[in-house]
Amino acid sequence: MNFSELIRSFPELTVTGITQGSIYALVALGYTLVYGVLRLINFAHSEVFMIGTFAALFTWGLFGLDSNTARPSLPVALLAIGAAIVIAALCSAATALFVEFIAYRPLRRRNAPPLAFLITAIGASFLLMEVVGTLTVRRPFGVPALLPAKPVIDIGGWRVTPTQLTTVLVAVVMMVGLDYYVQRTRAGRGIRAVAQDANTAALMGVNKGRVIALVFILGGLMAGVAAVFNDIKTGSTKFNVGFLLGLKAFSAAVLGGIGNLRGAALGGLLLGLVENYASALFGSNWRDFVAFVALIALLMFRPTGLLGESLGRARA
Amino acid sequence: MRQNLVRVFGGVAVAVLLAGGAAACKADSDSDSGSGGSTKACGLKIGFFGALSGDNAGLVTPMKNGAQLALDQYNQKNADCKVELATFDSQGAADKAAGLATSAAQDTKIVAMIGPAFSGESENANPIFEQAQLPSITPSATRPSLSTKGWKIFHRGVGNDLSQGPAAARYIKDVMKAQKVFVVDDQSAYGAGLADEAKKGLGSLVVGTDKVSEKQTDFAAIVTKIKSSQSTVLFYGGYTAEASLFLKQLRAQGWTGTMVGGDGINDTNMLSVTGQKDVEGTIATCPCAPATAAKGNFVADYKAKFSVDPAVYADVAYDLANVFLEGLAAGKGTRADLQAWLGSYNKAGGATGVVYKWEANGELDPAQVIVWAYEAKAGAWAPKQEIPKG
Repeated sequence: MNFSELIRSFPELTVTGITQGSIYALVALGYTLVYGVLRLINFAHSEVFMIGTFAALFTWGLFGLDSNTARPSLPVALLAIGAAIVIAALCSAATALFVEFIAYRPLRRRNAPPLAFLITAIGASFLLMEVVGTLTVRRPFGVPALLPAKPVIDIGGWRVTPTQLTTVLVAVVMMVGLDYYVQRTRAGRGIRAVAQDANTAALMGVNKGRVIALVFILGGLMAGVAAVFNDIKTGSTKFNVGFLLGLKAFSAAVLGGIGNLRGAALGGLLLGLVENYASALFGSNWRDFVAFVALIALLMFRPTGLLGESLGRARA
Repeated sequence: MRQNLVRVFGGVAVAVLLAGGAAACKADSDSDSGSGGSTKACGLKIGFFGALSGDNAGLVTPMKNGAQLALDQYNQKNADCKVELATFDSQGAADKAAGLATSAAQDTKIVAMIGPAFSGESENANPIFEQAQLPSITPSATRPSLSTKGWKIFHRGVGNDLSQGPAAARYIKDVMKAQKVFVVDDQSAYGAGLADEAKKGLGSLVVGTDKVSEKQTDFAAIVTKIKSSQSTVLFYGGYTAEASLFLKQLRAQGWTGTMVGGDGINDTNMLSVTGQKDVEGTIATCPCAPATAAKGNFVADYKAKFSVDPAVYADVAYDLANVFLEGLAAGKGTRADLQAWLGSYNKAGGATGVVYKWEANGELDPAQVIVWAYEAKAGAWAPKQEIPKG
């Protein structure tokens, strides 16, 4: 146990933990939305995210940026990030919708048992991963350096780099936006209605098929945004980038209470922080161990996660 | 319906079994006639085992090219009796190695193996080769303990990490004159072994250590540790896949020190993924002399065929392939013959100039072991200097 390391580096660990946590949270939202409505764990969501990372890379390629080019000026960098967010979000959403149409909708028409969905989800995940893996020769791709490395905030050891600031800001905006959309708009009410009781909602005139498609699109959009910032943060991407991150994000969703939007956000942030603190305390090789022991311990006392499964409940 | 289905399946299964058995018998009789009849061994294959796709393909592909070049040259001279290169793409993953090794061992046409390229996959594949008595020489798996497992078929064409680790430590101490060194490894068979050897050599210069895991992409916590340790040199035992991201994230958080790694990061992906600006000045050791300065026509031939400069270990793999090919030309057409051939081999390689002579445990003669330091410079690995022996 290395307490001095934890205390000395506490500010930096917190900042990087929150940054990583916001990426987890954005991806976790996709799991939670689909689960809330369909009671289905969309294992292909990690590949929805992966497609986003490549879409962002492709966008930067159009700007003439690659891992060897010099850092562009700030306006160009922000423009490049903005464009990447739009394109990656669209590509991810399209992928999510594609998976829904190809892998899930036909099964739902035939009233397949839940296990069949689970298997097609895993199948779709592997299919996408292997196609991209084969096309890219399983090679890692470097991401261009975009934002300056110099901290924008530097108060008493709390240093925040532009990358971290943008990541967290954009993630918060996306999450607040999604929350508003689901809680306050007409379409959001439809989502909640289907989550609560699909058949009754259908009787009341909610188009179930459209709501389900919408849920996949929303999850895809979030994953696309997360993909852009994951690219910038880790500095590279490759065909299996979604696997571990998807697993973590799914855990974050369970931690917060799967099916609960705010829970997913909270779970993501917590997981990011716990991982960082655990790395400092026990060494980086214990990181995942500690994070998952914490998850198991929490689920023992709160089986439905921190905030409970509440997308479907009326008050949610 | 169900009964019908069972019958169909049963029929198919029996048919497959029969076909498989017939094929196996056929292969057996083929190899009998091959070894018993003529003195010249024809229609045989030499295997190549390593990561030909994936994160570490940049490191292994030049080796495959080197071996391919040797075979092509042999086939040109012996057009009536060609040897084929059978490649096994492990993607560098230890868990994929056993399956591939089994299929290599079962192909009786394969009489020799170059590889496996990495230590982790060697640990899983070599026991299978040992059982099949398939002689192998690795051009690049450097974990020391590989030669202590009692595998008779195991041969190493380069020095191991008992030479590379301490040499890297000497370079950090004597050439870079670093005062504070942080040591990180990826917990792989290769990375952990290399880092341990380097640590021993560095002694009190080590101000901190930590471990990452393979496939890790977020290094935030460990970056923080390295920065707060104020170390100027980071020794990394591991492969490009993690090292490139790790270095990039270190730079993004403002770390200005130098990363020093082993042959695991001495590959082109390390340069392209990390990006020229961030990787500049990084040092990678290798128990191999610069391939671009190889002897004979190797460099020109390699460039003519693959239109790139040979990278590390390409020359080693070329020479090792030639060791086997010379054996085949001398009529050693079976696995057992080639195994005996390696046991008595004692000759300098055409490209590396290293005298290939193996000790009983499969290690290269220690007098032949050299370690070089390479520096990332303007988007290429530039040979810096040979690290003097300690």
